[in-house]
Amino acid sequence: MKVLVPVKRVLDYNVKPRVKADGTGIELANVKMSMNPFDEIAVEEAVRLKEGGAVNEIVVVSIGDAKAQETLRTALAMGADRAIHVVTVEKVEPLGVAKVLAKIAEAELPQLIILGKQAIDDDNNQTGQMLAGLLSWGQGTFASKVELAADAVVVTREVDGGLQTERFGLPAIITADLRLNEPRYASLPNIMKAKSKPLVQKALDDFGIDLKPRLTTISVSEPATRPAGLKLASVDELVTRLHAMGVAK
Amino acid sequence: MKTLVWVEHDGRTVRESTLAAVTAAGKLGEVHLLVAGQNIGSVATTAAMIAGVEKVIAADDEAYAHASAENIAPLVVKLMAEHDAFLAPATTSGKAIAPRVAALLDVMQISDILSIESKDTFTRPIYAGNAIATVRTSDAKLVVTVRGTAFEKAESQGGAGTIEAIIGTGDQGLSTFIGQERAQSARPELTSAKVIVAGGRALGSVEKFAELLEPLADRLGAGIGASRAAVDAGFAPNDYQVGQTGKIVAPEVYVAVGISGAIQHLAGMKDSKTIIAINKDEDAPIFQVADFGLVGDLFEFVPELTSKL
Repeated sequence: MKVLVPVKRVLDYNVKPRVKADGTGIELANVKMSMNPFDEIAVEEAVRLKEGGAVNEIVVVSIGDAKAQETLRTALAMGADRAIHVVTVEKVEPLGVAKVLAKIAEAELPQLIILGKQAIDDDNNQTGQMLAGLLSWGQGTFASKVELAADAVVVTREVDGGLQTERFGLPAIITADLRLNEPRYASLPNIMKAKSKPLVQKALDDFGIDLKPRLTTISVSEPATRPAGLKLASVDELVTRLHAMGVAK
Repeated sequence: MKTLVWVEHDGRTVRESTLAAVTAAGKLGEVHLLVAGQNIGSVATTAAMIAGVEKVIAADDEAYAHASAENIAPLVVKLMAEHDAFLAPATTSGKAIAPRVAALLDVMQISDILSIESKDTFTRPIYAGNAIATVRTSDAKLVVTVRGTAFEKAESQGGAGTIEAIIGTGDQGLSTFIGQERAQSARPELTSAKVIVAGGRALGSVEKFAELLEPLADRLGAGIGASRAAVDAGFAPNDYQVGQTGKIVAPEVYVAVGISGAIQHLAGMKDSKTIIAINKDEDAPIFQVADFGLVGDLFEFVPELTSKL
């Protein structure tokens, strides 16, 4: 069985985002970039399925400029088999990404596509569901557990107020939530080995899809900041405050 | 503009997050609601009483019993032939359904809106709420998810919408519901609680988490939340998580106990009206957003606080 895992390069999650002075976006020059953490979880899940014997090939794909190859190499070092780099310097919206991935899915015929549930830059949480819609596949969103059978996958989903378990016929989409697994660190030998794994480049234009953005970002601004608070000297002071707010019973 | 709001419900009551989406829809135009589910007669009646609602479209079908995105999306797509905007609360179910609808309509969704600037322009948080983007869409139809804490909740009484029963689009055969584990709790739900007591990793164990926070929450009539670190450590179940990828809350009072305040956590609670932080590290980032801070040992302070309330 073949698994496809799309990955995205984003601002590293430990870096505090800074709004550009001209209000056009977030400062991404000379800051640490990494694989989107949810995508790491998606790659890890695919690798575990392969280690369990149910999967024999993992293909990773990324859409972006030359630097996207670093992210693909990271995925290869974690255990993916080969990579597809769809080259573009333009920003592609989730709807466009889903359309490109649908084309790749039609060519590669994976039985499972595992994505991160959201990218931590734009926080859209859309691509997996959109791809599932375009392909008319089931969507096991926000997965915290995945069990693969011959013709179906059983997914435990993190939903408001608890967990929901659903079965999806294959092929299917899974989007990874935080607690699906803990991604491994690639070992040095595997990082070296990843350098010789196959990575093909495709031009975004070759997909023949209209990717003109539908959304225009008019401005990006800092959120309202809260005024500095007060340090209280004792629990008694806090009790007084809580009574004043009328919340203490 | 005619809007269609997906109603999240549990078969008996309309979930509060829907009421914020109704308010957002009302700013765009005429409000129609979609109630899809099994045996939904009473929910449809309740939904029709929400202030500002003109019509409730009720689709009673077993295929909609568990808010299956695969089954609900084609129904919404069909109804969107006669509507200009689809809105869903930005809950896990809304987030699962709306993008599937958007793709089928060839529309770029606008996720988690905070405000409506005009009929095509919205603000939304990016980078865990560290920045706010103002975006304008060129799509002919709108697909939007609505952050529940960003809009007033519509009054649940006072409306007199008509109810139109329709035949559903059936089971798409893509997914089968197996089961669910619902957290059983008499406490208020996090997204609608007036007061939240939330714990972090500093509580040290699942026993201490419960032993310290539950009596305090009882005294305050509060819901209980947790940081990701506390959930990952197994101190609290996953649906307690407040943050960028957990629940977004904005109660009257948020009491953060032993939570350092990672940006991902702050993203989920910094719109709370009053934030109280108890932490032994006086440099913890939580104090930068806290209105009132207590620096010291939570194992002393929390029981003392509980006993004095």
